[in-house]
Amino acid sequence: MKYNVASLGAGLIFGLGLIISGLANPAKVLGFLDLAGLWDPSLALVMGGAILIGLFAFSVARKRSLSLLGFNMKLPTNTKIDKRLVGGSLMFGVGWGIAGFCPGPALVAAGAGEIKGIVFVASMVAGMMLFELIERKRAHSVGS
Amino acid sequence: MIDIAWSEFTPLSALTGGALIGLAAASFLLLNGRIAGISGILGGLLTPMRNDMIWRLAFLGGLIGMPIVWQLFAELPEIEINAGFPAIIIAGLLVGVGTRYGSGCTSGHGVCGLSRLSPRSLVATLSFMAAGFVTVYIIRHLIGA
Repeated sequence: MKYNVASLGAGLIFGLGLIISGLANPAKVLGFLDLAGLWDPSLALVMGGAILIGLFAFSVARKRSLSLLGFNMKLPTNTKIDKRLVGGSLMFGVGWGIAGFCPGPALVAAGAGEIKGIVFVASMVAGMMLFELIERKRAHSVGS
Repeated sequence: MIDIAWSEFTPLSALTGGALIGLAAASFLLLNGRIAGISGILGGLLTPMRNDMIWRLAFLGGLIGMPIVWQLFAELPEIEINAGFPAIIIAGLLVGVGTRYGSGCTSGHGVCGLSRLSPRSLVATLSFMAAGFVTVYIIRHLIGA
């Protein structure tokens, strides 16, 4: 119960940050990605502000095996830098550059009732399902 | 040289919003012990035989619900989406497949991963940023759309 309430709270604050920062507005995101045009550096400050607080939080978290609410810390253990990581990230970046949406802002735009935000989220979920299907097929062929 | 769009530059709201995003990631980490990676939280709903659906739905519900709560008190800032529907669908598919293969997006790799000083996340962030810059350059300045 506590876990779910904390999740809801974090989601709400995250959404608030996305709205206030301007990240929920694809036109603003594309203004940041357009280095050759008139460049809007705002997004760099969004990342900078978030990481500044994140650095502190992770330095605290690193020393703990249980969270403040008593749950196991589940930090990523994968350190492999491989084709999947780079290829997937490049593919994500192309999609980001086409629409100006990454996953969080798209969910906020969908919540705001923007039709294109809803269509983007539906396509993104379809893409994630496609990934699951490919992975399951791969696991089968490796297993047999 | 880079020309800065000073009229579009919003340092105060960018820093405030960024700090709130950091606060959300920090509280999720310190309270629940997890990385606030949005593509991973969403993608985890699609993996079969999971018994951790509820917190995922709660987090995503918060994200989707915030603009609704906001609208109870004030008008939302402008959300300007210039891409057409075919482009939106292609972009959505690329972001869906790409973030799952790359194990993360702007939140998981960009905010949490860099805060964690993870080399893996640094490589991912540089990759999607570079792809984003190049894609916008091609669309706006080579194709001229």
